[in-house]
Amino acid sequence: MAVAGAEIDMAGAGTLDRSVASNAATALIAALGISKRFGSTQANDKVDLIIQPGEIHALLGENGAGKSTLVKILYGALQADSGALVWEGTPVAIANPAAARALGIGMVFQHFSLFEALTVAENIALAMPGKLDLAGLSKTIAEVSQVYGLPLVPTARVADLSVGERQRIEIVRALLQEPKLLIMDEPTSVLTPQEADQLFLTLERLKSEGKSILYISHRLDEVKRLCDAATIMRHGKVVGHVDPRAETAASLARLMVGADIHVVKGRAARDAGAVRFALRQLTLPKNGPFSVALDHIDLEVRAGEVVCIAGVAGNGQTELFDAISGERVAASAGAVLIDAQPVGRHGPNDRRRRGAAFVAEERLGHGAVPVRVLSDNVLLTRHASDAGLTGGGWLSFLRKGAANAVVDRVTQAYDVRKGKRDPEARSLSGGNLQKFVVGREIDRAPGVLVVNQPTWGVDAGAAALIRQALVDLAATGSAVLVISQDLDEIFEIADRIAVIHHGALSPAYPAATMTLEKVGLLMGGAHPEKLDTEGQG
Amino acid sequence: MRLVLEKRQEASDLMAYASPLIAVAITFAFSAIVFAAMGKPVGASLFTYFIEPLTDLNSLQELAVKATPLVLIAVGLSLCYISNNWNIGAEGQYVMGAVFGSGVALAAQGTMSGPHVLAAMLAAGILGGMLWGALPALLKVRFGASEILTSLMLVYVAEKVLDYLVRGPWRDPKGYNFPQSVAFDTTVPVLFESGRLHLGSVIALGVVIAAFVLVGRTLKGFELQVVGQAPRAARFAGFSPARATLFVFAVSGGLAGLAGIIEVAGPIGQLQPSISPGYGFTAIIVAFLGRLNPIGCLIAGLLLALTYIGGENAQIVLKLPLDLTKVIQGFLLFAVLACDSLILYRPRLIAGGSHGGTAHGAH
Repeated sequence: MAVAGAEIDMAGAGTLDRSVASNAATALIAALGISKRFGSTQANDKVDLIIQPGEIHALLGENGAGKSTLVKILYGALQADSGALVWEGTPVAIANPAAARALGIGMVFQHFSLFEALTVAENIALAMPGKLDLAGLSKTIAEVSQVYGLPLVPTARVADLSVGERQRIEIVRALLQEPKLLIMDEPTSVLTPQEADQLFLTLERLKSEGKSILYISHRLDEVKRLCDAATIMRHGKVVGHVDPRAETAASLARLMVGADIHVVKGRAARDAGAVRFALRQLTLPKNGPFSVALDHIDLEVRAGEVVCIAGVAGNGQTELFDAISGERVAASAGAVLIDAQPVGRHGPNDRRRRGAAFVAEERLGHGAVPVRVLSDNVLLTRHASDAGLTGGGWLSFLRKGAANAVVDRVTQAYDVRKGKRDPEARSLSGGNLQKFVVGREIDRAPGVLVVNQPTWGVDAGAAALIRQALVDLAATGSAVLVISQDLDEIFEIADRIAVIHHGALSPAYPAATMTLEKVGLLMGGAHPEKLDTEGQG
Repeated sequence: MRLVLEKRQEASDLMAYASPLIAVAITFAFSAIVFAAMGKPVGASLFTYFIEPLTDLNSLQELAVKATPLVLIAVGLSLCYISNNWNIGAEGQYVMGAVFGSGVALAAQGTMSGPHVLAAMLAAGILGGMLWGALPALLKVRFGASEILTSLMLVYVAEKVLDYLVRGPWRDPKGYNFPQSVAFDTTVPVLFESGRLHLGSVIALGVVIAAFVLVGRTLKGFELQVVGQAPRAARFAGFSPARATLFVFAVSGGLAGLAGIIEVAGPIGQLQPSISPGYGFTAIIVAFLGRLNPIGCLIAGLLLALTYIGGENAQIVLKLPLDLTKVIQGFLLFAVLACDSLILYRPRLIAGGSHGGTAHGAH
């Protein structure tokens, strides 16, 4: 494998340039000195990326490090302000994704672009140039999926498929264009560990055929295991070209973050107190063609405890959150209990008045109104539970000063960076807005906090702060329930872990007894009881 | 060279105010072109249309009289539109308000009069409009029917009801068979001896102020805005979109009904087949021109009233067709909606090139 030039380089630009020059000649693609600016943000600053033929090359970096921008430039979705792209030794301009595909660059996006109501073959046909030949295409799909170990039924409807299967469609779709370079954006973030293993086999197979893969990830173990070379970015700059197999996960993380990563403190074993939040046989039918029914869910969260619910996206997490927050009411009052009070038939505000607080997964449009200022967004979730935010009387006049005071408190306590005192929610970066929406709820000192995806799309610094805040809240005697797809996060903060699969929830096991493998099996639908006996065996 | 629209980071405050002014200016320019194309002197036509009505006290009163129903209806409609409820049927709610209020007036005719009868008429007018407005709201909430279609279709039903009543049971027996009711004993009082300015204009001003406070200062107003801006976040906040729909249709229907009875018991004085030159539809333009803000509706209502009076003026003085008023009003709405894109987007000239995806960026 061609990894000769991928030496560890932290000394500075001088040596970097030399290694770049020697490698660029043989490269499949070389992006040299790429810069791209958005307004006041320098998203890419003289970035070099060189991918050799037959190489799995990792692009590592935190959220916001500039990975997506660089990849969009490679794929023609963005144009660099300056810098050059060299494809197989020839300088090229990639004006749009069609031009990229024509060169031989395929891409599998993190967020799939599939029509749920169409079949696998129909979805792929939409992306193919030329005349539509569904029968012929179905045959090709079957062949390609066979060869690369990506089992797919061409006539299956996408809506019925798991996330892993959907990803296979995207991969097959990219492979049908016979790319020399396949770009994969965070491919394992939606997969169970077992599904990820399957994906790695496919990638190895592609590599053995001489295809190159640009593998974007922040999961260091995967990168170490799979990749031949790695380019690490931080704040829009390349901070190192390394051989990941020669590094440790910790040394890679240090390069990525620029400092030792914060470890959550205070997660000593606590004595769990009384049950503060409980679900009893919570069952909800589907409320749309692509929604998941909730199936007799039982759960207890005690005072002082962080319980995490793991699961692959689309297994009922959204539905569960809506049922807990009261956006959808349950059939019986006793299905949801807050401090032993039945609230199953009550809406969100009645639940908040009883001491519960909720943080929705989608920051913009669910947890916050994008076009409204932060003080209005304080009002959004706290108008019913905080007496001071509105004046007396049936007209409920708004008290702007009280809402602004909350904004200031949250800004101070959670280090929310913003341009002015009270900006529109949408003008904040993802991490800062997430700190705000989490801080907004914790500021109430809720007895029960339920968070869906607390650190989704958030930079490591903000994520660490948010996780610490959740653990600290539990330490004060609150019950904290976290729904997350990030297993690292779950193992970092959970006292107990449950897994949701197809709308059914496994028992919550003490985190100390859980392993990545066990969680993975549950995520994939293994039966909890069977697992128990295996675990004891 | 080509023109691109770039998305702004935040909505432009400057453009929020400048955009209606730009729209009005464009409309003036457009009107000038139309006058020229019709072979009329441009300067004199513009003067007759837009300036002359402002030059004497009587026509200023007339302006307020015309603006009154427009403002009342538009304030209600703006509550609908900020909460993403598309009430297009204010004309029908206006008619049903007139019908209900007239029912009270005719029942009291010859036996009772005085302020309490007037109050009962206004209340009945509000009730009539509310009920007519509640129909599309209930259909939307219960069955998911498009309120745009149902509210619009109910306009024609209301007009038929009115037509039936003035030609049938409510026709004045001594009216030489004209399709109209008797002239009401109880009418909305005028404010000055000379001119037609009446109490309704004062009521409209009160409604503007009340709506301004409601929208900007109360939880209910906040709720309506959030329901319109982010429905999912509204449910998360415990605000029910269905409740908001019923509320805004009831309020806007009630205000349109109030406008209807004020018009019939005021400037018109009796029920007749034609009681509106399309106030209910013109008020849609008023609401948008006024930025869906009650104070803005007041200003925009006066401007649209000007086009009505100017149109009548131009018909008399310049022999221009009255339909031109509708053309100009329609163009104004078009210009307002077009200029609104400047609030969220920044126009920029880019030299040459054919790069794709210029306006996209990482957020």
